[in-house]
Amino acid sequence: MVVNQQKMRALSDRLAEDADSPGRSLWADARRRFLANRAAMTGLAMLVLVTLFALFGGTLAQWSNEELDYTVMGMVAEEGGPRLDNGHYFGTDELGRDLYARTVQGTQVSLLVGVVGALVAVSVGTLYGAVAGYAGGRVDNAMMRAVDVLMSIPYMFVLILILVMYGRSMTALFVGLGLISWLEMSRIVRGQTLSLKNREFIEAARATGVPAATIIRRHILPNLAGVIAVYATLLVPLMILTESFISFLGLGVQEPLTSLGALISEGAGTIAYGTIWQLGFPLLFFVLTLFGFFFVGDGLRDALDPKDR
Amino acid sequence: MPLLEIDDLSVTFDTADGPVHAVNGLSLTLDRGDTLGIVGESGSGKSQTAFAVLGLLARNGRATGSVRFDGQEILNAPPRVLNRIRAERIAIIFQDPMTSLNPYMKIADQMTEVLELHQGLARRDALAEAVRMLDAVRIPGARDRVRLYPHEFSGGMRQRVMIAMALLCRPDLLIADEPTTALDVTVQAQIMQLLSDLQAEFGMATMLITHDLGVVAGFCEKVTVMYGGRIMERSAAGPLFARPTHPYTSGLLAAVPRVDRGTSAMRAIPGNPPNMARLPEGCPFRPRCPHAGEDCAVMPPLVPAADGRDRACHRPAEEIAA
Amino acid sequence: MLSYTLKRLAIAIPTLLILIVVSFVLMHAAPGGPFTSERELPPEVLANLNAKYGLDQPLWRQIVTYVWGIVTQFDFGPSFVYKDRTVNEIIAQGFPVTLTYGILSFVVAVVVGVTLGVVAAIRQNTVADYFAVGVSIGAQVLPNFVMAPILVLVFTLWLGWLPGGGWQGGQWQYVIMPVIALSTSFMASIARITRSSMLETLTMNHIRTARAKGLPERRVILRHALKPAMLPVISYLGPAFVGMITGSVVVDVYFSTGGIGKAFVDSALNRDYAVMMGVTILMGALTILFNLVVDILYGWIDPKIRY
Repeated sequence: MVVNQQKMRALSDRLAEDADSPGRSLWADARRRFLANRAAMTGLAMLVLVTLFALFGGTLAQWSNEELDYTVMGMVAEEGGPRLDNGHYFGTDELGRDLYARTVQGTQVSLLVGVVGALVAVSVGTLYGAVAGYAGGRVDNAMMRAVDVLMSIPYMFVLILILVMYGRSMTALFVGLGLISWLEMSRIVRGQTLSLKNREFIEAARATGVPAATIIRRHILPNLAGVIAVYATLLVPLMILTESFISFLGLGVQEPLTSLGALISEGAGTIAYGTIWQLGFPLLFFVLTLFGFFFVGDGLRDALDPKDR
Repeated sequence: MPLLEIDDLSVTFDTADGPVHAVNGLSLTLDRGDTLGIVGESGSGKSQTAFAVLGLLARNGRATGSVRFDGQEILNAPPRVLNRIRAERIAIIFQDPMTSLNPYMKIADQMTEVLELHQGLARRDALAEAVRMLDAVRIPGARDRVRLYPHEFSGGMRQRVMIAMALLCRPDLLIADEPTTALDVTVQAQIMQLLSDLQAEFGMATMLITHDLGVVAGFCEKVTVMYGGRIMERSAAGPLFARPTHPYTSGLLAAVPRVDRGTSAMRAIPGNPPNMARLPEGCPFRPRCPHAGEDCAVMPPLVPAADGRDRACHRPAEEIAA
Repeated sequence: MLSYTLKRLAIAIPTLLILIVVSFVLMHAAPGGPFTSERELPPEVLANLNAKYGLDQPLWRQIVTYVWGIVTQFDFGPSFVYKDRTVNEIIAQGFPVTLTYGILSFVVAVVVGVTLGVVAAIRQNTVADYFAVGVSIGAQVLPNFVMAPILVLVFTLWLGWLPGGGWQGGQWQYVIMPVIALSTSFMASIARITRSSMLETLTMNHIRTARAKGLPERRVILRHALKPAMLPVISYLGPAFVGMITGSVVVDVYFSTGGIGKAFVDSALNRDYAVMMGVTILMGALTILFNLVVDILYGWIDPKIRY
């Protein structure tokens, strides 16, 4: 459940090689290969489906996510299953709340947490790695040693510690998730920055007195675009997994807000009563989302680094 | 009976961009004690020929035709047949000694496993033999250095280790695939001298694969020139260098820097080495050939010519040699 | 090799100290302070805390006392919630359970994952390969908290073969599902990494050399390809270990195994900072120790790194 570092490094090496001849062909070729990749296209279709569900699924709901349906309450196992006639397409949960509406909301929250968490992680990781790689020498050494130290800490515990101490808000979750996931990214970026730094086109820029920040922004970051795109795509599902894990323990987002992980947790807690739909529907969207991002991320990487198959 | 007899060998690789024909209908023979040079630019199919003989093609490669070693058909032979021949009767040394030795194993272990497997030697005897062979390739302090890892050797020393490893079972045939390409120029000369000495000492037939005509000139009795997976010309070494009769051979010779002519006389062959995925119809050298004509759209057969050589060209030998 | 090990150790110890200090500072910086939470502490506990940490002392002195207690006596102090229990007692109760199924899961994940990956690589594009790839792709979306309810659904509720929870001193029926739940996704990742790494290794020049030496394929794989192919797997063991430690929390909660993870979640819900910190530091120490082992293992395999 982590991004395959070896493959990421292979991709990064390849993109660094191509940096001298930047051109449209790299991305045009990648696009062609991506479109020809059946797994990636399936993943994309899954993501489109899940996104549409998250954005517009709510308009089809006949119940809100907080309303209690008193007609099924207490007999959820018998009456609360998925039915069209009473508007509970996915059935109801133990309290008689509409599972369809809750799954829509859970998908929204999970996608949001995943995307924002990944963006935080990628931004911090890129910035840190680019600065370390560009600075080089002792600064680089110290910064990377710090990463080594941070890598050997079991983050989930620290994250939960933080969430408990500072309140379980969405913001805390975004920041917390992002801040524990940037380390690997920073290593890759640093490596690529190091290898780009000594290229002629960057030495030329440096020789003419272009400030470091501008060089990083204009010359280094664009060449990192491929790595960043792939990494971000593969980080989203990991963020979703992490959030779901925390929610599963009842330590994530708080009611009435819900996430796919929280729904899976509820469903898992009640399977003994025979209400299997409470696990099934959230799990379906969970699996679709994860597969979607994994397939698209892998496809993107293979498209940018075709030698790796 | 010739030691090695290759007949109509073709090697094809299946790639994402369609099949790539690396070797096309190649035939050659090699007798015991022969020294044969196979010369060509990268992509001429010379290395793949060697790999096909030993069944070492990459996974997506297929070989057709026939390779007989000492009368036995070995092309596409099952592993148990090939494994009796590899190292024991045909040994090979590769281009890049940095990566061709196993970086995770001590030299001793890499060498002794050959002897333990093929000759059933006990570990101790195998080690003694390995040290003896390292002495033979003139590695100083072999007794101690046999316990080192490859990265603790210099490039030239690593290639010496490769050679020692190849000679462990005293093979009948040694294939040297660009043995000096990855090395410094001064080291190249030492390695070629070593190979030459060892060839004289052990008397094995040697197939030297290289793009460097200078290396061939000092080492081989016979030369085969390949281009685009086909033989262009073959002959004894002396006449070939004295009087090339194929446009490609003369192009290669003209591209060799020579002290007696100065750099002004050195001419590179125009154009690039062939793209094996898109070879032209007919003679593969046609697009770069100064003598090319309409008839070259049909591949000329390899036919005997004067002074015991074979050539594949529509133009008469006199026209090229002039 | 010795100096390499010492160098790794020199990184591990400060890392652990940093972890302890950071958790302690975090706890003190928590809104409202660590000991004045909204809930009234029992007076005995408060008295214990005052005695233990010298709460009237400056912060640095409290940190030193806390760290000193851990380092010299392995003493994490009293619980903030339970009057008569120390953190040590809580940990000592659950830790052996977690350790038991944790080690089992780790071994299963590595052994099955590596075997599956190697078989898939050497039988590339055969049924065995497709099976391995299919399993490893599928299991990516089956983390422990998904596996656990599915296992219970199938083996407890439908088939009735295995008990849905409990530990009973580690009888095998009670261990199977926790181990499967915890190991599946890591097994899959290890299989994937092994497969792609083995495929790449098999194209390396030194493998061609090994084949040219006439070695049987089996020996080529086991003696020449396995070591380099294992390097990426070994790098992954550290993260996998962390993941499993983390996942044990889910297992403890869902299967009521009585492991340390349950204590952690309970303390999180009760805001029992002392127990949370104790568990975090213990898990951190284990992780750091494990990474040390992995580093040494890496150095043992790759002679270039050793010096």
